[in-house]
Amino acid sequence: MKLVTFAGPPSSGKTAVLLKTLAHLQREGRKVGIVKFDCLASQDAERFRAAGIPALTGLSGNFCPDHYFITNIEDCAAWGRKQGLDLLVSESAGLCNRCAPHIRGHLAVCVLDHLAGVHTPRKIGPMLKTADVVLVTKGDIVSQAEREVFAFRVRQVNAKARLLFVNGITGQGSWEVSRLLDAAPDNAPLTGGKLRFSVPSAVCSYCLGETEIGEDHQHGTVRKIQIEEANHV
Amino acid sequence: MSEVTTVGRSVLARDSAHEPQDGNGSPASRLLHTEDAAAEPSFTDPRCDEFLLLNKLPSRAAHRTLRAWWEAQSWDFRAESGWDFERLVDGLAAFLGANASMGQGATLCTLEIRRGRDKSGNPEQFDLIFKPGDVVCLVGPTGAGKSRFLGDIECLAQGDTPTGRTVLIDGQPPAAESRFTGEGKIVAQITQNMNFVMDLPVAEFLKMHAESRALAAPESAMQRVLEAAIRMAGEPFGPETPLTQLSGGQSRALMIADAAFLSPKPVVLIDEIENAGVDRIRALEFFVDQGKIVLLSTHDPLLALSGARRLVIRHGAVQQVIEPTAQEIANRDRIAALDRKLARLRERIRLGERLDEPWAELVGETLP
Repeated sequence: MKLVTFAGPPSSGKTAVLLKTLAHLQREGRKVGIVKFDCLASQDAERFRAAGIPALTGLSGNFCPDHYFITNIEDCAAWGRKQGLDLLVSESAGLCNRCAPHIRGHLAVCVLDHLAGVHTPRKIGPMLKTADVVLVTKGDIVSQAEREVFAFRVRQVNAKARLLFVNGITGQGSWEVSRLLDAAPDNAPLTGGKLRFSVPSAVCSYCLGETEIGEDHQHGTVRKIQIEEANHV
Repeated sequence: MSEVTTVGRSVLARDSAHEPQDGNGSPASRLLHTEDAAAEPSFTDPRCDEFLLLNKLPSRAAHRTLRAWWEAQSWDFRAESGWDFERLVDGLAAFLGANASMGQGATLCTLEIRRGRDKSGNPEQFDLIFKPGDVVCLVGPTGAGKSRFLGDIECLAQGDTPTGRTVLIDGQPPAAESRFTGEGKIVAQITQNMNFVMDLPVAEFLKMHAESRALAAPESAMQRVLEAAIRMAGEPFGPETPLTQLSGGQSRALMIADAAFLSPKPVVLIDEIENAGVDRIRALEFFVDQGKIVLLSTHDPLLALSGARRLVIRHGAVQQVIEPTAQEIANRDRIAALDRKLARLRERIRLGERLDEPWAELVGETLP
């Protein structure tokens, strides 16, 4: 079974692109499945099931979503194998942009959309930096020039990835994506493997449920903002 | 199943034909991020300052190498900034390298489209060859297959799309690399749904686009785009006008001028140029002058007769290739005269005038 991580900011078009892309693979007789990681709520599993794609949903709730992902992905892969899948896609929202669910040895995809603006690639971080394939959506409604600037900005952050433009509504470009998913490494080891980017190191009182504000309540690893003093003459 | 495997493998086969396989044995591993450390990039390039500033990192100061700069930072900073030395090397290398991969546009001498099949599976009748400067119009009712035809060119089809068409560049099938990366694509697209979403003045936006191309003289390129856009748009606008305040005609004109002069793509696909305040014939001339191949889906008689050929698309296939006759060309000139008259009436309405003189006076004696 191939395992592919699919990550991108909320509403960037991950689900729409996947529905179009996986349809190509289904038509060719591939058995595909989805595990959707989210924080609080997700209805996407219904959309996948309606398309005949077995889907799991994992809600991290009170837990750090990235810790939740990495402590559960093995169980999800086992579920996928039990379903007899050829390909399992793990879809997760970008959450705080600090982390990335990408795993060494497994194909890693990042989805961004043009409407988020040309500064977005510089704000996304490891989810984009460590991806093998970058898909940019919603290109049909922005100018050619903005698409080219966007691609350039992506390149400035990730020089190695394949960069493709996909339309989740019409499916333009989804065939190419399906070829790349189909060429993903098969049966790469997961247990004992490594994340491409470490999850946060901080554990502070707020991680453990503290809600009160004030220095007296700040325990553990805390990082302070640096504010430059204004120069008064 | 067997056909499927061939398709999947052919992607990789073409991949590995162009690049040596790496040590992992599987050609698919080329798809993955390799973990090998990049060479330490030059730290004397002035763009390093831009990189540090963008990432909110301390300034380059007098350091001559990235390692020296990194080692000069405090322990706290190195532990908490989210960076380590390898990440910095990768990040800076990507940032400095971006220009090299985006800069030059693909050049091409011929674009060939080998016949496929129609919606019933019957073979198409025409193989087509397009050359730089060609303007080709696509006509046919909605659902006839115009978008499929343009889509085949966009994805450089290799007999693997529903139409079975094959696209050749300079007589050769394209490298898999160019099919499976956005930058490798040879096509720029302009459709009616497109808008500028950036909130920037025109000049700053053009500068941003020119920068991404690493042009030798970005200022003069910008100037050319702006002048061309204004000549097409009729209503003037300046370098300081915000993109979001351009009228429909102005922004369409700017998109066209930008695609003609600043985009590196040698083929332009256009889905109708609206009549609203854009000099359509001039727009086509800009593309032709720049040696672009223009494929234009249109039902505007003036544009349709301006192309060197028009392809009649029906039932998913090119059914007919029409080259304008002498009579059609003469008629086109008359349609153009009619169009100019309408444009003048439009201009008068804009200026708040009445159009209440007798018909013959209003349209002039020379109306065909």
